[in-house]
Amino acid sequence: MIIREKEIMSSFYSEVTTLVRKEFVLEWRQKYAINGILLYVVSTVFVCYLSFNLRIPDGITWNALFWIILLFGALNGVSKSFQQERDGRHFFYYQLVSPEAIIVSKIIYNSLLMLFISFAGLLVFSLVLGNPVQDHFLFSVNLFLGALGFSSTFTMISGIASKSTNSATLMSVLGLPVIIPMLLMLIKVSKNAMDGLQRNVSYDEIITIFAINAIILTVSIILFPYLWRN
Amino acid sequence: MWFGMTVILGVSVYYSVKYLQNPLAKYDILAVECANVGILFGILGMISGMVWAQFTWGSFWSGDPKQNAAAVGLLIYFAYSILRGLFQDDSQRNRISAIYNIFAYATFIPLIFVLPRLTDSLHPGNGGNPGFNAYDLDAKLMTIFYPAVIAWFLLGVWIVNVRSRMRMAQQKLEDLDIYL
Repeated sequence: MIIREKEIMSSFYSEVTTLVRKEFVLEWRQKYAINGILLYVVSTVFVCYLSFNLRIPDGITWNALFWIILLFGALNGVSKSFQQERDGRHFFYYQLVSPEAIIVSKIIYNSLLMLFISFAGLLVFSLVLGNPVQDHFLFSVNLFLGALGFSSTFTMISGIASKSTNSATLMSVLGLPVIIPMLLMLIKVSKNAMDGLQRNVSYDEIITIFAINAIILTVSIILFPYLWRN
Repeated sequence: MWFGMTVILGVSVYYSVKYLQNPLAKYDILAVECANVGILFGILGMISGMVWAQFTWGSFWSGDPKQNAAAVGLLIYFAYSILRGLFQDDSQRNRISAIYNIFAYATFIPLIFVLPRLTDSLHPGNGGNPGFNAYDLDAKLMTIFYPAVIAWFLLGVWIVNVRSRMRMAQQKLEDLDIYL
């Protein structure tokens, strides 16, 4: 019995690692997602920079702009995670691997993608619009949690949206209200980090972000098999 | 109304879970009707809360965290209604909306109950404001408040009951090829 469970676990891990590798190989061949979103983020930053008449905005505006740009970057980047491949290939995966492995691998891949995008975005953003952050460590931790949260929420939502014909609109309609609780917390913590407040002021929020992340991850893993079954 | 709404939406999630376990049209109808009543209560709560806010805080919309959270919660459930309208195939629509319903409730609960607690709110009992039980009238206020909560919930149950029975009857008629 124990051996059987171990076998199941190890096959699950190998499925997940294979699928994540598959995502990276696909990405490497097409080079669409990373370059696309990176360009999207950079051009949005420039649009903002030029719209502010080349002046550096104050703290609150800086913060809000940064998160909104990241939010839409994530929305664009993650939304393609189920639409990139054709339906036939989904049937193929359906026969080969367990649905949990699919969602876990997609979430891992999207999280890595979002981590790269958010730190690269921060770099460009601070280059052009300045960087008023005082507590860099807290800001990075917050960015890290934010990237994970955005990617796990939007992965599940894009799974739901991909089932309909009009998925681009549906993605933002379903995704934006759901992401707001997390976004509010993230903006608050990053404001604290910008002002260089004592770190224990932000513990409550960090824990809440963590908890929301955990809830979303568990709910996605539980619900995805039902979505996948067609 | 908020209490009634949260409980009704919880019931809706319960039926969505049951639908996923056992896809019967009955559970889907119940889940949808519960969500509709939840939306209705949400809108009523929003409007009456705004009127109350106008007299207590001086403006219809004061940017209060709880008020904002409630508005976002309503947006989540409007999205649910839109999602239901998008699918042609009934069983696919039911399944996907059930999934979204559960997912949405999982983010709705922290939104309503956790986030406002982390910030100061103008609501009674928050941010140094006295709660309702701090007033002299507490006993009388509570005798009205709790029955009102229960009454809203029961009213919701009644609406759900009537509407879902109506829809089930309609469906049965459709199955019998008698179009109304």
